[in-house]
Amino acid sequence: MTGSESRSGDGSFGGYGGQYVPEALMPAIEELTDAYERYVLGNEDGFLDEFRRRLRDFGGRPTPLQRAERLSERYDTEVYLKREDLVHGGAHKLNNALGQVLLAKYMGKERIVAETGAGQHGTATAMAAAHLGMPCEVYMGERDINRQRPNVFRMKLNDAEVTPVTTGRGTLKEAISETMRDWASNVEDTHYVIGSVVGPHPFPSMVRDFQAVISEEARAQVREGAGGLPDAVLACAGGGSNTMGAFHRFVGDDGVDMYAVEAGGSSLDVDEAAGVAPNSASLSIGSEGVLHGARTKLLQDRHGQIVESHSISSGLDYAGVGPELAHLVDEGRVTPVSVDDDAALEAFHRLSQEEGIIPALETAHAFGYLHEHHADLGGVVIVNVSGRGDKDLESVIEETAERDVPNAPDMSVFEGGL
Amino acid sequence: MSDGDLSSAFADGPAFVPYLAVGDPDYESSLTHVEALERGGADAIELGLPFSEPIAEGPTIQEAVVRSLEAGMTPDRFFEFVADLDVDVPLVCMTYYNLVYQYGTEQGPRPFVERAAEVGLSGFVVPDLPAEEAGPLRAACDEFGLDLIAIVAPTTDEDRLEKLVSVSSGYLYVQARLGVTGAQASVSGQTAASIDRLSDVDLPKAVGFGISSGEQAATVVEAGADGVIVGSALVDIVAEGVENDDPTGAVADRLESLAAELSAGAERGFEQRAPEPEGESE
Repeated sequence: MTGSESRSGDGSFGGYGGQYVPEALMPAIEELTDAYERYVLGNEDGFLDEFRRRLRDFGGRPTPLQRAERLSERYDTEVYLKREDLVHGGAHKLNNALGQVLLAKYMGKERIVAETGAGQHGTATAMAAAHLGMPCEVYMGERDINRQRPNVFRMKLNDAEVTPVTTGRGTLKEAISETMRDWASNVEDTHYVIGSVVGPHPFPSMVRDFQAVISEEARAQVREGAGGLPDAVLACAGGGSNTMGAFHRFVGDDGVDMYAVEAGGSSLDVDEAAGVAPNSASLSIGSEGVLHGARTKLLQDRHGQIVESHSISSGLDYAGVGPELAHLVDEGRVTPVSVDDDAALEAFHRLSQEEGIIPALETAHAFGYLHEHHADLGGVVIVNVSGRGDKDLESVIEETAERDVPNAPDMSVFEGGL
Repeated sequence: MSDGDLSSAFADGPAFVPYLAVGDPDYESSLTHVEALERGGADAIELGLPFSEPIAEGPTIQEAVVRSLEAGMTPDRFFEFVADLDVDVPLVCMTYYNLVYQYGTEQGPRPFVERAAEVGLSGFVVPDLPAEEAGPLRAACDEFGLDLIAIVAPTTDEDRLEKLVSVSSGYLYVQARLGVTGAQASVSGQTAASIDRLSDVDLPKAVGFGISSGEQAATVVEAGADGVIVGSALVDIVAEGVENDDPTGAVADRLESLAAELSAGAERGFEQRAPEPEGESE
């Protein structure tokens, strides 16, 4: 049996999952579990109806499942794109952020905190909080603030407070720890809108349920558009919310292969002595451990210290992954694969040129995998376009200028940056 | 190596339980620091084994963790450290669950607890292990005769308290206020209420989070605590030593002197306590 079949339960996915948090947070976790079961699973007070209405009217759902004409021709494969980049805010992140902020409102909470890596989750949470009239504070690593300035400004435009995190390397891992500290200090009136299918139960199940709208729509759309189920679904995997969202409704369809495309960074090796993994491929090369409230697959050294991860895409730059995804990989239901920084950047330019879609750098990893392995994926493939790439343009200019990207435009004009 | 029984710390009056991150800023200095705490009157000592993601700690201890890890601290070095220590009070290991879980060749807490017992540790505080997840560590502690100390938070209700007490031994770590560790200018008003509602629990109650002076220690013990736990105020002294490029000599003296102030404060608070109603002891 796969973990995805259990809708709530105790948050255990074949030994992964659990609730490894300070005691001060446990009453809030119990309260949240109760709220999740009543409102999300039980639709009490019409919560789900309101969530779906707001996803439609504010969020712009359903998103299209578009046949990619040039890619289909290039790869001799029917390639369909699930266009989460067209969700309000430009990424799938709004599905979860809207769900959680709305739930916080139903629970009578007065304040929202969130963490963000690439800024997409922070942006989505800030938007949802502004939409629903809740004050919001977003923690973001200092390094990510420098990599993702447009999103920082968008959060501020939506009246969120953005607090830089300077500990460690200043990326998502540190931002999550800092948000947990804030939550532990203000737990009585504050809800932590966690950004992925990670953290203590009920977050992994709840975030998956909010994101499952992706595969729910895609499954119906592909049957209508292609006359049947796909042979494969590809989604990039950082923490795993976009991945679980794209996979959830296909888990029971044995004929559909699912590929979680991780950030291979510059190498899949880990330098234990330096405490560094030059990748973010926790499903591919990680080992079981406990981080940020859950037992899951992690990038860690042999002592259990978490090592620093890396990706060209800050949205994938995290040393852990959702426990359900770890379980689906162990079960053989999901195949973990990886694409390195260079291939992702090449795919970024290719999709922009050939389909007129500028993808997030996260998404570009999935297209990098499609490019290299299309011949093995079957006749009908869905790629989840997790978000749009506007936020990444500064990084892409910098990274493209530093590398020899064969399909990049002439970069000389951008020498001073944007 | 130390003497093992935690109950000895609470046997004669209030217990003063200091904390330091082991290996901060380096192994040798840290040995000197911990030994100074005993000279200052520590009745038991909490030894922090640094984890890279200390989510329950404030900035002071977070920075100590970074210094220690950068100086090469590992679980094996930690156990070596405990074996090298020349102190006679019970020692408690404070760390996060991933380090306990990963130690040794089989995953799970047993090898870590076995090694802890060998070097003479008396028990564990694991801040990210609530009662719900404590089963395997509790079982290993029972097997090797060590204590597992639970943290009781201001948000802990009656039902949770029962669950916590059922997996705890040694003492209860009573968190004086919400939030993360860190020295505070005044003791939280929640403290007395927190101690009051634990009066029926048959374990010593040691209060921590925010205590930094003898006066605060006195207030907490006067309010009924059986012990005080002090971390960040002591770690601050180590941090100052690092800033002033003097990691050992004067630092050990200052640690000893603050420890003596805190220990005396706890005693004073005990003497100032209103006479106990019949039937209550500790």
